[in-house]
Amino acid sequence: MKKRFLGVLLSVAMVAAVLAGCGSSGAKETAAPAGSETEAASEAASGETEAAGNTGDVITVGFSQVGAESDWRTANSESMKSTFSTENGYNLIFDDAQQKQENQIAAIRNFIQQEVDYIVLAPVTESGWDTVLQEAKDAEIPVIIVDRMVDVSDDSLYTAWVGSNFKLEGQKACEWLKQYAAAKNMSEVNIVDIQGTIGASAQIGRTEALNEAVEANGWNLLAQQTGEFTQAKGQEVMESMLKQYDNINVVYCENDNEAFGAIEAIKAAGKTVGPDGDILVMSFDTTKQGITDTLSGDIIVNTECNPLHGPRVEQIIKQLQAGETPEKQAYVEEGIYAHGSDVASVSIDGTDYEVTEVTQDVVDARAY
Amino acid sequence: MNKNSIKKITSMRLFLPIVCLVAVLLVNLITTPGFFKVSINNGVLYGYIVDVVNRASELVILAVGMTLVTAASGGQDISVGAVMAVAAAVCCQILSGGEVSVTELAAPMGLAIIAAILASALCGAFNGFLVAKMNIQPMVATLILYTAGRGIGQLITAGQITYVRVDSYKVFGGYIGKIPVPTPIFLAIIVVIIVNLILKKTALGLYIESVGINGTASRLVGLNSTLIKFLTYVICGVLAGIAGIIASSRIYSADVNNIGLNLEMDAILAVALGGNVLGGGKFSLMGSVIGAYTIQALTTTLYAMNVKADQLPVYKAIVVVIIVTLQSPVFQSFIAKQRAKKAAAAVEGGK
Repeated sequence: MKKRFLGVLLSVAMVAAVLAGCGSSGAKETAAPAGSETEAASEAASGETEAAGNTGDVITVGFSQVGAESDWRTANSESMKSTFSTENGYNLIFDDAQQKQENQIAAIRNFIQQEVDYIVLAPVTESGWDTVLQEAKDAEIPVIIVDRMVDVSDDSLYTAWVGSNFKLEGQKACEWLKQYAAAKNMSEVNIVDIQGTIGASAQIGRTEALNEAVEANGWNLLAQQTGEFTQAKGQEVMESMLKQYDNINVVYCENDNEAFGAIEAIKAAGKTVGPDGDILVMSFDTTKQGITDTLSGDIIVNTECNPLHGPRVEQIIKQLQAGETPEKQAYVEEGIYAHGSDVASVSIDGTDYEVTEVTQDVVDARAY
Repeated sequence: MNKNSIKKITSMRLFLPIVCLVAVLLVNLITTPGFFKVSINNGVLYGYIVDVVNRASELVILAVGMTLVTAASGGQDISVGAVMAVAAAVCCQILSGGEVSVTELAAPMGLAIIAAILASALCGAFNGFLVAKMNIQPMVATLILYTAGRGIGQLITAGQITYVRVDSYKVFGGYIGKIPVPTPIFLAIIVVIIVNLILKKTALGLYIESVGINGTASRLVGLNSTLIKFLTYVICGVLAGIAGIIASSRIYSADVNNIGLNLEMDAILAVALGGNVLGGGKFSLMGSVIGAYTIQALTTTLYAMNVKADQLPVYKAIVVVIIVTLQSPVFQSFIAKQRAKKAAAAVEGGK
């Protein structure tokens, strides 16, 4: 009797596990409605590959993308597709991995079999790439990593990495604040920092830059707390900080969503944001919604996290075609967008970066 | 006489949960002197205590549902966070009429809310069917929606964060007209009162307890234990839906990736902090509610104390371990034994 009961329980658990498995894969499928489109596009692209075949100077690029989990990612995919178009002399084989590393590994093996000229990889995780990248190296196909880094024992397994310089983003924002404070004669700068998810590379870089700037400029860093890159948490944390400190005049939000939450909290507390208000809100990412708030002045400065990796990758491929050795780490160009024109440019380590004043045209030009 | 009344109070079910809540709050008396100050700022109530009560609302509502599910089925519904996201997605998508961001409602508010509640009730019914009818372990059965729920939400919102920038939608997470008390506080209180009334005025509360203690015996005395279990899951789903609408109204958008994220664990913790046995049976609704407020009080306290973000989980864990240990039967019987020993020694000494 007892054994039978156990058997029934076991089989039920197994069925449930299978069901649960279906459920989760269903989620992944549904999670990427844009993915299915891109997949269709990739099929079309691979179709063209065969058609265009051995025309000689057509360069075939295999791109393994993580998925389509955010607007940023969608813009990233679009950038690759528009850069490596047939008109530009490329054949792009696009693969959407739907957030799974095993799909990416399979895609890279496919690329090797198809004897593509270059492999571009936007890895879902940092580790576990040694074997498959070795295979690509053995096949003498250069691999270019974009966005996240890979953690491999041997650096020569990839040719170059293209991505964002999060620390530089933070440095630009801080340098902007320094100049803005000087231009506006702010007697003191009392900052609170709403951090991103602790441990994320964007959080580490942006927080580090702020801490250094606080040290160098003698600003008061009143509080630091994570808003986990979400609007709800950003709002909750800001609510608490406003009660603790009455003299906050700058909020350093490490992405746009947190900034939206912080602005809500500030307004709810009866304070005002913007150039003539009580508190300046600084933000990162420059999404379309974020830059709209920059136009109104709610976000005073918004530093870009550029998803448009395509042109930079193309530059590297051109260098390789010409037989040159590209730099191992290549950062994409990222702008800084401000409300008003109080600061024309910021200078970090001798390089000048122009500050773009946000106008309606700038907002309209944003695709993501 | 006096000793007896003290004993009566300490042996009350809600004694320990209340003590824990008070203890967490008292820490603030020392560390954050202004913690208990409530003022009227900008026409609304303003202060840390208001924040605690306001921010805990969703958790209170979830904890009520989780208590019923726990009591009846002896297991937990881990899909409530995902169900919140589904409800938020349905609500915002109907209000926006499929656009990503709107400043005017595309459909009547009532319709969207009813649809969202229906969707969450459906999720609850699905869980209930698997648990009550198919006899699948609650944790496993609700794992399905736990993983798939946010995917369903993504499907509804086409993978975008849908914004409803309309003042009338901000009411549920904000304020009604000129009333200075945040709406979520009212909603949480109303939910607790209604559920309490249903449990007390009908025999449902008793039925749930008896099904939780022994389902087979309950069936033999004529209770439809399958239906009762099923009902608790539907109620839990509906409550998750209400919590989802509040959470989405706060940020006037449906951020399906983040709404209610990890909240199911807090809800289970609230049930445990309330002195309820996670194995089912007898339960105390008010205990869970107090547990929910304790969790939020802890979070807000840590913010007020300026604890560094990377250390936050550690402090939380320490406090939770202490509270749970204090309430564990083993620890309590240990205390009782020590007390008895002392009493015995005193008696002997008296000889």
